[in-house]
Amino acid sequence: MARINRPVSRRQAWWLLATALAACLPLAPQVPPWLSVAAGMAFSWRAVLTWRQWRLPPRWLLVLLVIAGTAGVFLQYRTIVGRTPGIALLVVFLALKLLELRAARDAVATALLCYFLVLGQFLFTQTIPTALLACLTVLITTATLLAASDDRPQPQRQLRRAGLMLAQALPFMLLLFVLFPRVQGPLWGIPQDRFSAVSGLSDSMSPGSIAQLSQSDAIAFRVQFKGPLPPQSQLYWRGPVMPAFDGRSWRVAQTLGAYPEVPYTGLGAAVDYEVTLEPHGKFWLFALELPATLPPDSTLTNDYQPIARQVVRNRIRYAQRAWPEAIAGVNEAPSILRSALALPKDGNPRMRAIGAAWSAQYGTDGAAILAAAENLFSQQLLIYTLNPPLLGPDIVDEFLFDTKRGFCEHFAAAFVFALRAGGVPARVVAGYQGGEVNPVDGYLVVRQYDAHAWAEAWIAGRGWVRIDPTAISAPSRINSNFSAAVPAGEALPFLARGDLAWLKELRYRLDAVTNGWNQRVLGYNPQRQRDLLASLGLNEPDWRSMTAVLSVLCGGVMLGLTGWILRNRLRVDPALTAWRRFAVRLAKRGIAWQVWEGPLAFAERAARQAPAHAADIREIAALYARLRYGAAPQAADLTQLKTKIAAFNP
Amino acid sequence: MRLPELEAIQADINRIILGKERPVCLSLACLLACGHLLIEDLPGVGKTTLAHVLARVLGLNFQRIQFTSDMLPADILGVSIFDRDSGAFHFHPGPVFSQVVLADEINRATPKAQSALLEAMEERQVTAEGKTRALPEPFFVIATQNPTHQIGTFPLPESQLDRFLLKIELGYPDPAAERELLAGADRRQMVASLTPRITSQRLVQLQELARQVHASPALIDYVQALAAHTRTAARWQAGLSPRACLALLAVARAWALLDGRHHVLPEDVQAVLPGVISHRLRPTDDTARTDVEAVAAALIEAVPLP
Repeated sequence: MARINRPVSRRQAWWLLATALAACLPLAPQVPPWLSVAAGMAFSWRAVLTWRQWRLPPRWLLVLLVIAGTAGVFLQYRTIVGRTPGIALLVVFLALKLLELRAARDAVATALLCYFLVLGQFLFTQTIPTALLACLTVLITTATLLAASDDRPQPQRQLRRAGLMLAQALPFMLLLFVLFPRVQGPLWGIPQDRFSAVSGLSDSMSPGSIAQLSQSDAIAFRVQFKGPLPPQSQLYWRGPVMPAFDGRSWRVAQTLGAYPEVPYTGLGAAVDYEVTLEPHGKFWLFALELPATLPPDSTLTNDYQPIARQVVRNRIRYAQRAWPEAIAGVNEAPSILRSALALPKDGNPRMRAIGAAWSAQYGTDGAAILAAAENLFSQQLLIYTLNPPLLGPDIVDEFLFDTKRGFCEHFAAAFVFALRAGGVPARVVAGYQGGEVNPVDGYLVVRQYDAHAWAEAWIAGRGWVRIDPTAISAPSRINSNFSAAVPAGEALPFLARGDLAWLKELRYRLDAVTNGWNQRVLGYNPQRQRDLLASLGLNEPDWRSMTAVLSVLCGGVMLGLTGWILRNRLRVDPALTAWRRFAVRLAKRGIAWQVWEGPLAFAERAARQAPAHAADIREIAALYARLRYGAAPQAADLTQLKTKIAAFNP
Repeated sequence: MRLPELEAIQADINRIILGKERPVCLSLACLLACGHLLIEDLPGVGKTTLAHVLARVLGLNFQRIQFTSDMLPADILGVSIFDRDSGAFHFHPGPVFSQVVLADEINRATPKAQSALLEAMEERQVTAEGKTRALPEPFFVIATQNPTHQIGTFPLPESQLDRFLLKIELGYPDPAAERELLAGADRRQMVASLTPRITSQRLVQLQELARQVHASPALIDYVQALAAHTRTAARWQAGLSPRACLALLAVARAWALLDGRHHVLPEDVQAVLPGVISHRLRPTDDTARTDVEAVAAALIEAVPLP
């Protein structure tokens, strides 16, 4: 007990201060700014007190500060429970605990608080840098904890010891990670709101909204194909379908019916793949057109988009199958077709007039009108650009006949409008097109700048047909990639650029590492655990068998570690082992080796008592002395010693 | 493989100091380990002769200082005397400026005079009248002291005893050796007839050779175990200091070199242990203080070889 009440030395105080700072700094972006400032002031105050060796503040002042800090957190969040308020409160306590650092037990409490705060970081982010930073902080905290029980802490020694302890804990950590029963989803459903503001497709599309995404190289999702990669021009990742048009923007349908199962059939071979979707804060899931299966916990809307039951707030992974060729919606419901024909009351008179002309000319022949629309688009010599000019109220007319410059949303919107004006049901489909294969791990990476919009027309007898009007003017957008289609000189996101190959290579590698982390560590869910255990022969494990396996393995690791340490500690010089055997043989002759006796001295004594073996005894002793005390023991000498002793029989 | 020159030196000394092979060998080891030697014994057992012979066979110059109770530091270190011709003070070096210094009956002098010599031993230089002068190389002090229970002695404090690497006793010769001594030629003439076996440069080389003798981890473990035992056992007032452990290793290395080995054995440590610990360890039991060998043997037998 005396140890725990021993005063904290100045050096230990510096250690603790540094450790607390290391534990708090990564949380600075998460807690309110006033708390960061206040904690910073408490740290500085403590630093000054330590430096000047002044007295610590009185208890009553600390009590007041604790009350003030707690009240501040409460006023900020209207509660003191929950993730962020809880962490904020811990920061308050840690900062103030430093100001009452008197005895060793305060130091221990501070170090434990630091551990909690390190854990707290994972409630906000779970990336590789966070994990590395946490490892470093845990190392420092452990060293501090060791230093707290040492009068004269030596940073190097404590750090080395802490590192060794953590290294010994590593196998247990891995075992617990792999075998401890996992809960569904991340622990406590966290982190979640970190992804609330991420970019991605929205449920409406107006001129410029997708062009904005084209500046982002954030990852939308990753795909691993089971078979060969389909051609680039087939990689249409279906997202929100937007049939509703208000004259300016396109929206998803207000009310969506859902199919219990996929209502169409595919032609030709299916493609199997697995998507790892980054959280995007929306309901929809991306699937290669047209989805043949549904991800778990999702439904297919009546415009064929898979929708999750819950907003995608965590990274999720699902296996999927797609039919690149499919006949869908031949017998489409009239209500859907009606909504796919709806146009605002006025606006875009020129396009309406042309549409009316087509309608008059071709009647209900959808295929002919489709061909006419395609023809119109190619005649207009439209230019695909990242920086389209601003459009007035009649966005379709102005784009098609005046400015003639647009991004994919202009093309898709104008094309669908043209078809509807001609009386052909059509709708806008948003999503992603293409993607880039990371050569390091073979994953297809789809980034925000791959966002795209295309059109879908309903032709009697053929059902829904995909037409990509962008491909009419800029076929390279579809056949190669986004950057190839953009005119030279326009600003591209970094990763879409063709130059800077080495940086790109580096990015590929980093991305592969991140992906591995996401797949193997963060994506290690109950299902994967079950699969792993099944592959180990544990089918449908209950908590009892899991506990048993865990205990046995932990015990095994413990035994192994203990054995390893003991072996290192008790490693006996083989020469000494041989010498002891020799001593036992002589002891049987009544010549006992005294444990304090040097080898040559013993040899002389033994040689006198057993003159018949004097030469052997002297030779063995000389060999042993050279092996055990000599400068460079020779392996040959050891072999010779062993043979001599084996042959020695007094 | 023993070095022939060292064997020759030992043979020369043993021809004059009869029947004292072990103390002679120890004093030589002390010299090879660059340490100073303290000989405690009764007058007339050959302390001075040993010092003289050592200096002679090693080709070193020799001075003797007879310590008395009215001695002053200047008598040891030297003094500046005004020279009328040049009109300036000239430093006349004292007897300490010599390669082998025999400090006879060092515990007869007052602490002031003792410390003048002891400082010179530690620093291997002398500061007199504001000027620092280096002592010759090698520098080797053989001090003799009378047993402290004799009249008119100022015992050396422990800290100053520690300056001596080894303390040995010569003791009476055995009857046969004594008879040979009595019947033989005059020792003084014999010493005068000796010729140096090596030069002082070679002696410095041999000292370096002794420093390089290998002490294996197992042996260092043994030295540590010995020290640990003296520190924990109730038999001694205080344990061996790290400096004492260094001294033990240094002498053991020199002893191994004298035995013609390039590594130290536990036997070497055990052989030099009495001389290293006798003036450093004070047994709690006063009666045990007299028999140094028995005390050392008890220590050796209490500590198993690691």
